[in-house]
Amino acid sequence: MSTFFTIAVIVLVFLIIFQIAKASEYVAVLKGEEKSRKENNKVNGFFMITFLIIGLIGVYWCNELFFGKTLLAHDSASVQGEKVDSMLKLTVVITGIVFVLTQVALFWFAYRFQEKENAKPFFFPHNNTMEIIWTVIPAIALTFLVVIGLRNWFSFTSEAPSNAIQVEVTGQQFGWIFRYAGKDKTFGKKYYKYIDGTNSLGLLWKDSASLNLKDDPAAHDDIVTTQTMYAVKGRPCKLIIGSKDVIHDVGLSAFRLKMDAVPGTPTTLWFTPKYTTKEMKDITGNPDYEYEISCDQMCGNGHFGMRGVIKVVSQPEYDVWLSGLTSAYSAAFPAPATTVPASAVDSTKKMAAMVSKTVKGALAKQ
Amino acid sequence: MSNEAVLQTNVEGAVAHGVHHDDEHHEQHHHHETFISKYVFSMDHKMIAKQFLITGMVWAVLGGLMSVLFRLQLGYPDAHFTFLEDILGKFWVQDGKITPQAYYALVTTHGTVLVFFVLTAGLSGTFANFLIPLQVGARDMASPFMNMLSYWFFFLASVIMLSSIFVETGPFSGGWTAYPPLSALRGASPGSGTGMDLWIIAMALFVVSSLLGGLNYIATILNMRTKGMSMTRLPLTIWALFFTAVLGVLSFPVLLSGFILLIFDRNFGTSFYLSDIFVQGSGPGTGILPNEGGNAILFQHLFWFLGHPEVYIILLPAMGMVSEILSVNSRKPIFGYMAMVGSLFAIAILAFLVWAHHMFVTGLNPFLGSIFVLLTLLIAVPSAIKVFNWLTTLWRGNIRFTPAMMFAIGFVSLFISGGLTGIWLGNSALDIHLHDTYFVIAHFHIVMGVASMFGMFAGIYHWYPKMYGRYLNNTLGYMHFWITMIGAYLIFWPMHYEGLAGMPRRYYDYSIWESFKQFGGLNQFISTVALIVFATQLLFLFNFFYSIWKGRKVTSKNPYNSNTLEWTTPINPGHGNWVGEIPEVHRWAYDYAKDGKEFVPQNVPIDPNESSHH
Repeated sequence: MSTFFTIAVIVLVFLIIFQIAKASEYVAVLKGEEKSRKENNKVNGFFMITFLIIGLIGVYWCNELFFGKTLLAHDSASVQGEKVDSMLKLTVVITGIVFVLTQVALFWFAYRFQEKENAKPFFFPHNNTMEIIWTVIPAIALTFLVVIGLRNWFSFTSEAPSNAIQVEVTGQQFGWIFRYAGKDKTFGKKYYKYIDGTNSLGLLWKDSASLNLKDDPAAHDDIVTTQTMYAVKGRPCKLIIGSKDVIHDVGLSAFRLKMDAVPGTPTTLWFTPKYTTKEMKDITGNPDYEYEISCDQMCGNGHFGMRGVIKVVSQPEYDVWLSGLTSAYSAAFPAPATTVPASAVDSTKKMAAMVSKTVKGALAKQ
Repeated sequence: MSNEAVLQTNVEGAVAHGVHHDDEHHEQHHHHETFISKYVFSMDHKMIAKQFLITGMVWAVLGGLMSVLFRLQLGYPDAHFTFLEDILGKFWVQDGKITPQAYYALVTTHGTVLVFFVLTAGLSGTFANFLIPLQVGARDMASPFMNMLSYWFFFLASVIMLSSIFVETGPFSGGWTAYPPLSALRGASPGSGTGMDLWIIAMALFVVSSLLGGLNYIATILNMRTKGMSMTRLPLTIWALFFTAVLGVLSFPVLLSGFILLIFDRNFGTSFYLSDIFVQGSGPGTGILPNEGGNAILFQHLFWFLGHPEVYIILLPAMGMVSEILSVNSRKPIFGYMAMVGSLFAIAILAFLVWAHHMFVTGLNPFLGSIFVLLTLLIAVPSAIKVFNWLTTLWRGNIRFTPAMMFAIGFVSLFISGGLTGIWLGNSALDIHLHDTYFVIAHFHIVMGVASMFGMFAGIYHWYPKMYGRYLNNTLGYMHFWITMIGAYLIFWPMHYEGLAGMPRRYYDYSIWESFKQFGGLNQFISTVALIVFATQLLFLFNFFYSIWKGRKVTSKNPYNSNTLEWTTPINPGHGNWVGEIPEVHRWAYDYAKDGKEFVPQNVPIDPNESSHH
C-alpha cells in the first residue's frame, strides 16, 4: 500500500511540475517571448552567482564534515606514506588555488556579463600574450609536481633494503595466503600444478617425474599462514606478491600503498611501518583498529570480503610469534610423535631439518 | 554600404525562397519514401542521428537505473526492498536485498553501457551524424549506406548486450574493463560464462559500428566541405568530432584485437593472458588449468590503448559543442580559435601516449611508469588552455542563459573540478595510494561521465529545434539543469573524501571493514541524491518526447542568430538538407559582435570595409 502511495505521490509531483512548465510557456507567449526570455535570464544569472557562493561554502563544510574520517586526519602509518601525505598536501594547495580562481571566474563572468539591454559584447578573438601566459604557468606548475612525484615514485619502487622482512603474499578467491621463508631464510620453489588440499601454494615438496621437477629442500621449512600477517615496527617489510587465480590487489590504505597480485607474474612492494597495531589503536582512538589488506582489484563476487590483516609488532614480539609456528610441510605431514616430539620440531633448526629429511625419506619410500 | 544592403537583400531573398519551396521539396524529391526507408533503414544522416540519440537515451535510462539499484545496496545495506524481488526476480534480489552477483553485474553493465553505448554511440554517434553534414555544408555523409550500417551494427550490439541480462548465469560481472583472467575463466565467476560470451560479441559488433561511423565522419569532413569552407573555417564542433573519429579509428581496432585474443583464451585453449592458474571450487573450469606462459597484463595494455583515447572520444565532442554554444550565447567569438584547435590536436596525440597511467600498480617497470607520468600531466596543459579560453569567451560577452548555455557553463565547471583531480591521479606516487578507490570514481564520473553528459544535454537543447522543428520546454530545461548540476556535485564531491580514506571501489558491502565503515551515513545521502537526480532525468525524457509532437514551433530559420550553416537550411530540412544550391562559405563561424554587427553568418560574403577576416 505504501509503495502504491509513494508511486502516486511521485506521479503527482511530476504532473504538477509539468503543468507549471506548460503554464510558464503560455505565459511567456502572452507576455512576449523576448520579455520573458530576459526575465528568465536575470533569474538564472542570479542563480549562477548563488550557486558559486553556496557551492564554495559547501566545499568548506564538506571538508569540515569528512576530513576527520579520512586517513589524513592522523599520521601515515608508514615512512613512505609520509611522502604521499606531503605530496597530497602540496597538490591540494596547487589544484585548490586553480579550482577556486577558475570557478569564481566562470560563475562571476556568467553573472556579471549576463545579457543587458545596451551591452555591446567585446569582439575579442585572440590575444597571444594571454595565451602564452596560461600555457607556460600550468606547464611550470606541472613540472614542479612531476619532479616531486617522480622522486617519490622511484623511491617507492626502489629495491627494498637488505634488512627487510620478506613475506610472500598470494591472493586467491577470496582471501590471502602468506609465506615466510622459514629458518633457512630462503623461499622454496613452487609450481602451481603441485597445488592440492594440503599444499595451498604448490610448494615443491616432492619429485615429480611427469612434471620433470625435483623436490626443493628449501620449501620444506617455509611457513604458510592465512588472513593475518605480521610485520615489525621500524623494519622494512618487503612483499612478494602473486595470485593463484585472477588478478587481486594488495591494498594497504593505512600505509598509502598498493600493488596488484597477478597470476604468473610476481610483483613486489615494500614499506616501513611506523606504528605497531597497538599504537595505532591509540592514535585512531578505535580499540578495534587493525591494519587491513583490502583487495583493490575486482576479483569476483566475493571481492568485497577479501580482507587480510597485518599485525605490526615489535621485533621481540615478532620473534616469539615466528618461533611458535610450524612449517607448512610438517603441518601437512606430521612426523610420528614417537620419533620426534612436536615441541622439538619448533625448537631448533637442526631438528627441523632432520625431521623434514625423515619425512622426505618416508615419502620417497612410498 | 549600398553593396552591403544588396547583399543583405540577397540573403533575405534566398531565405524566403527556401521557405517557400520547402513544401514542394518533397514532391520534387526523386525517390518516394516509405515508413521503412524514412524511419527504419534510413540513409539520411539526420534520421540516423536521431536513431543513435534515442537508442542512446534508452541505454542511458537503463544504465542510470542500474546505478540507482546498486546505489540502493550501498546506501541502505541493511534495508529489505521486497517489492524489488517481485519486479526483478530471485536472481537479482533475494530477501529484499540485491545479491552480490547482481550487484557486480549491475556495476559492470552500468559502466559498459554508459561508456560505450551512451557516451560514445549516443553522444558522438548522434552529433557527428547530425552536425557534420549540416555544418560543413554537405547533403549527407560520404557514404550514407555505411552510415546506416553503423547504426544497425550498434543496434545489434545493443540487442545482444540487452539479451545478456536475461541468461541463466547472469550478465558479465567482472567490471567494464573486463580484465582477464576473471573475464577469461568460466569457473572464476558465474558472470564469466554465457554472459561474458554475449558481452564480448556485443562489444565486437560495437567496434564495427564505431569504425564504420568514424571512417565516414573523417571522409565527410575531409572531402565534402562546401565551397569556401577551408579547414580553418570549420566550427569547433566539427574539429572536435574530427579528432574524435580519428581517435576511434586508430584505437578501436586495438581493443578488438585484445577481445579476439580473449575469445581465443576463453574458447580455444590458447594462453595469451593466462598462466599458472588454479581456480578453487568444483565444476567446469575449476582446478589446475593447463595454461602457461601468458601475461594477464597484456590485455590491460591492449584495453587501455583504446580505453584512454576512449575517454577523449567521449569528451571531445562535448568540448566542441560547448565551445560553439558558449560562443553563440555569449554573442562573442570563441577566444583563441587556433589555440582551441591546437589543444584539441595536442589532446588527441597525447591520448595515445598515456594509457599506462591506468596501470601504475600492475607492477610495470618504474621507468616506463615515469614516462607515462610525464606524458599524462602534459595533457593538463592543453586542457588548461581550453578552460582559460572558455572563460575568456564569457568575459565581456552578453550572455543569454538558454538551457543549452547553462549546461555548457556546467560542463566547464565540472571539467575544471574533475580535471584537477586528474593531476593527482596522473602522478604515480599519489596514484599508488588513490588507485581503485572512490577518489577515482569521483574523478572520472565528474570529468568524463557527468561533464560529457552535460555536453550532450547542451547539444540536445541547442540543436533540438533543428532536429524536430520545435523547442523543448525551457522551464523544464532550467529545472533539469539546476537539479542535475547540484545533484552531480552532491553525489560526487564527497566521494573524494571516501577515496582519501582509501575506500575501495566495487565493494558490495563495507560493514566488515574497520577502515571504511565510517561512511554509512554519507553513502545513504549519496544514494538518495542519486535517486532524485535520476528522477529528474525522467523529466527531461518526458520533455524530449512530448516536445517532438507538442513543443512550441520554431518560426524562424535561425532562432539563435547563429553563424553556422545548419541554420541556413529550412526549418524542417529534407534529405539533402538544402533546397537548391549549398551555400558558399566566406568566413569563419565566429563573427559575432564584429564591426558593430551582432552576427554575420558564414555564408555572407566579405564586405570590403570589414576590419579583418578569418
